[in-house]
Amino acid sequence: MMKNLNIKLIALFIASAAIISCDQDFDNAIEDGGVYTSGEADFSKYVTVGNSLTAGYADGALYLNGQLNSYPNIIAGQMQFAGGGEFNQPLVNDNTGGLLAGGIQIAPNRLVLASDGMGAPAGPAVYTGAAPTTDITNKVPGPINNFGIPGARVFHLAAPNYGSLSGVLTGTANPYYARFSSSESSTVIADAAAANGTFFTLWIGNNDILGYATSGGAGVDNNELSNVDPSTQGNNSITNNNVFAGVYQQLVAGLTANGAKGSLVNIPDVTSIPYFTTVPPNPIPLDGPTATFVNSNYAQYNGGLQAAVTNGLLTAAEASQRTINFTAGQNFVVIVDNDLTDISGSPIPLPSWRQTTANDLIVFPAAAVIGTLADPSNPGSIIGVAVPLTNQQVLTTAEQVRVTNAQQSYNATIEALAAANGLAFVDARAALAQVATTGVPFNGGVLTSTYATGGGFSLDGVHPSARGYAFTANTIIDAINATYGSTLPTVDIGAYSTIQLSDSVQ
Amino acid sequence: MNKIKIFVVLCLVSTVAFAGGYRVSTQSNKQLAMGHTGVAVVNSADVLFFNPAGIVHLENRLNISAGGFGVFSDVQFQSQEFGTMAATDSPAGTPVYLYATYKLTEDFAVGLGIYTPYGSNVTWPTDWSGSHLVNEIELSAIFIQPTLSYQLFDSVSIGGGPILALGGVSFNRNASRTLTNEEGDRSNIAIDDAGVTAWGWTAGLMFTPDDHFTLGFNYRSLINIESTEGTATFDSFPNSGITGIPENGDTSFTATLPLPAELTVGMSYKWDKFLVAFDYNRAFWSEYNSLDLEFGNGVTSINPRNYKDSSTWRLGAQYEATEKLTVRAGYYFDESPVQSGYFAPETPRNDSNGYTFGLSYQVTPKLSIDGSLLFLQFQEITESYDFFSDTGSSVPAPFEGTYKSSAFIAGLGITYSM
Repeated sequence: MMKNLNIKLIALFIASAAIISCDQDFDNAIEDGGVYTSGEADFSKYVTVGNSLTAGYADGALYLNGQLNSYPNIIAGQMQFAGGGEFNQPLVNDNTGGLLAGGIQIAPNRLVLASDGMGAPAGPAVYTGAAPTTDITNKVPGPINNFGIPGARVFHLAAPNYGSLSGVLTGTANPYYARFSSSESSTVIADAAAANGTFFTLWIGNNDILGYATSGGAGVDNNELSNVDPSTQGNNSITNNNVFAGVYQQLVAGLTANGAKGSLVNIPDVTSIPYFTTVPPNPIPLDGPTATFVNSNYAQYNGGLQAAVTNGLLTAAEASQRTINFTAGQNFVVIVDNDLTDISGSPIPLPSWRQTTANDLIVFPAAAVIGTLADPSNPGSIIGVAVPLTNQQVLTTAEQVRVTNAQQSYNATIEALAAANGLAFVDARAALAQVATTGVPFNGGVLTSTYATGGGFSLDGVHPSARGYAFTANTIIDAINATYGSTLPTVDIGAYSTIQLSDSVQ
Repeated sequence: MNKIKIFVVLCLVSTVAFAGGYRVSTQSNKQLAMGHTGVAVVNSADVLFFNPAGIVHLENRLNISAGGFGVFSDVQFQSQEFGTMAATDSPAGTPVYLYATYKLTEDFAVGLGIYTPYGSNVTWPTDWSGSHLVNEIELSAIFIQPTLSYQLFDSVSIGGGPILALGGVSFNRNASRTLTNEEGDRSNIAIDDAGVTAWGWTAGLMFTPDDHFTLGFNYRSLINIESTEGTATFDSFPNSGITGIPENGDTSFTATLPLPAELTVGMSYKWDKFLVAFDYNRAFWSEYNSLDLEFGNGVTSINPRNYKDSSTWRLGAQYEATEKLTVRAGYYFDESPVQSGYFAPETPRNDSNGYTFGLSYQVTPKLSIDGSLLFLQFQEITESYDFFSDTGSSVPAPFEGTYKSSAFIAGLGITYSM
């Protein structure tokens, strides 16, 4: 009897222990769902369409971690808390970046920040620590959710044969799209629509002005030319506003044909990216005697300008704009400006030169040559002083006006189509302008567009860093939540990387 | 009669050893079952740990007890703001103890104890959102304590002895929130040191005015584990000559981890088959200001901790239910030494309630088997660690989220007397 009681008492202990041992989970566990909601939206299949920004392109290349930190992948991760499904991207093989076609490299490796060997950063350099391994002839199997095609302009998305492998070799197709196009003749928008998403984001149009801007306005403005033929709108040109509006409408129609909800993202200002803001317009320091000496070399040019005014070739105002004058201190550089009156064939054959003003934008790659000698054997051939910067190295104020006019037209189209279709409108222009002006505080710092150190942009100076993409994702999430009443959480942008350090460079 | 016994068992259950920081109160199966009280309880050789003054009170000439525990703890983390979450997958801790006492004369006894009062074993998923603070930590300390105990007066005994501490630490965390090598692997620092030795001491006093009532005091000194011989491993840093980026590979490090002093006062009252005990612990955690790591390659890592002294209130009871079976239960409230804003995921402990119970079964008159269980319950808490900032940034990047911890400890031991 006594033994029996012992066993029963032991059993009672164990039973009581089992009762006390529960209660190990959160009251509101994220994992169990129910914390975040999708509102009126259905995130079960998210499809995204766009250009390099949508692909996760950064540091002058498409590489694995860039793709994993693409804004669509970040958004898709947050959507998974509110009914979101799988999100497949056409991932490349490695973190080297660069593309091969049949073993031949056709796109360069990513950029990294190299040191000067004395502990300080030297500048961006092409990473050579590992060979690229992504060959575009290896087709990526579907299904695909991310239709971000680096290099795509608005009309490319609706262009047949844009993903043709043979077209890549002849320069008529896009190598990034060729990796996963459904056929040689398919269009991006048809493939994306066939993915049949329940929710989409569309961010396209950046390259339609950016090609012109980054080339320093080397191309043409198809608005000035009234050219509405997409096939003749070259890479350095500005896409015609009507072409943009027509194709964009077609894209939205394709993505909403099945009743999907989504969001449209507008086009940021070129002045928001470090490619145009890193080199100041007055980068040349001179002392007084040097300035006087340099000015003496321009006396003939300046005198010629006055003669041209006397002969009615130039207005007094333009002659004054073109007059070169260096002073002690920081100096504006001498540039070629093709928007000046061309009098090179006149009896007074002066070149179209002037000095920059505070409003001209010098492109980032020019930083490497300004102040150096155009002719190493000639100490007088300093670029920016004796030798002008080329048209391609400066986005002049006149060129900026063309870019801005087109951008405003595109953005009006985007906003109007968002309103007309009941879609979320994402003002990326305002968001990136804030990064570029005041900066955006986050948990651990302030996000700015300062090259390399600001955190917002990758080393190519055009594309965001992972942290910049995370900020973009948050901006889009906020717009989605506001429009559809969903409660997707934003991400901690401080947890996303900025630039890669490495001395494994050429 | 049986009904009363069942009632007593249930009462005991409804009324438990972990403590704040990295203290692990698992130094006896009998006493853990009573809320880890024991500064005024003379049950077995286990009293050598709780109060060295008590070993002279043991009835038998030779007393030996030994045992061990499985510590199963887990911590969940989530940030509702950012939709991040993680749960630890920590290996089971296995604290052990061995005590032996020998009574040389009626008023003089000697003893030796080996026990493991400090330890921590927390394994987060590699590269989780708090990996810049900790991926994995394992702390252990073995105390070896020779002990003398003397009956000073009829009602007062004293005891004490030196403590030799053998410490080990291994710790792994990422270098920052974002630094990676060219392949995208997170840059990581690991330290490992196994055989640090340090000395401390303990002293106790026991006052026994009558057959029922016992009062006890015990003090255990601060022991600083100073690690200087270990290895630090830098891994997955980028190949960069920019100042502040260390080379990959092994280097040395120094660090000091305090095992704080602890004062315990307590009492017990014995009445027939029934014994109740109350202990109050004060752990002097304020010694733990900052965990400063200085590496051989010039890198330093300063991690403010700013712990505060903290208290634990313990209550325990035992009841000799049958001739062979003694049942025990207990409760304790354990105040965390971690202050708000210093809540680091390496020791993610807030205040907790411990519920303990256990039993002893007398196999033979000389040998008993002791079992104990502890359930440690923590309130869900939203807290942050505010003293991290990215390299080169003056703006702190607090790591905030909601934590929910739980721990279950089961132990088994034997007691032998002759």
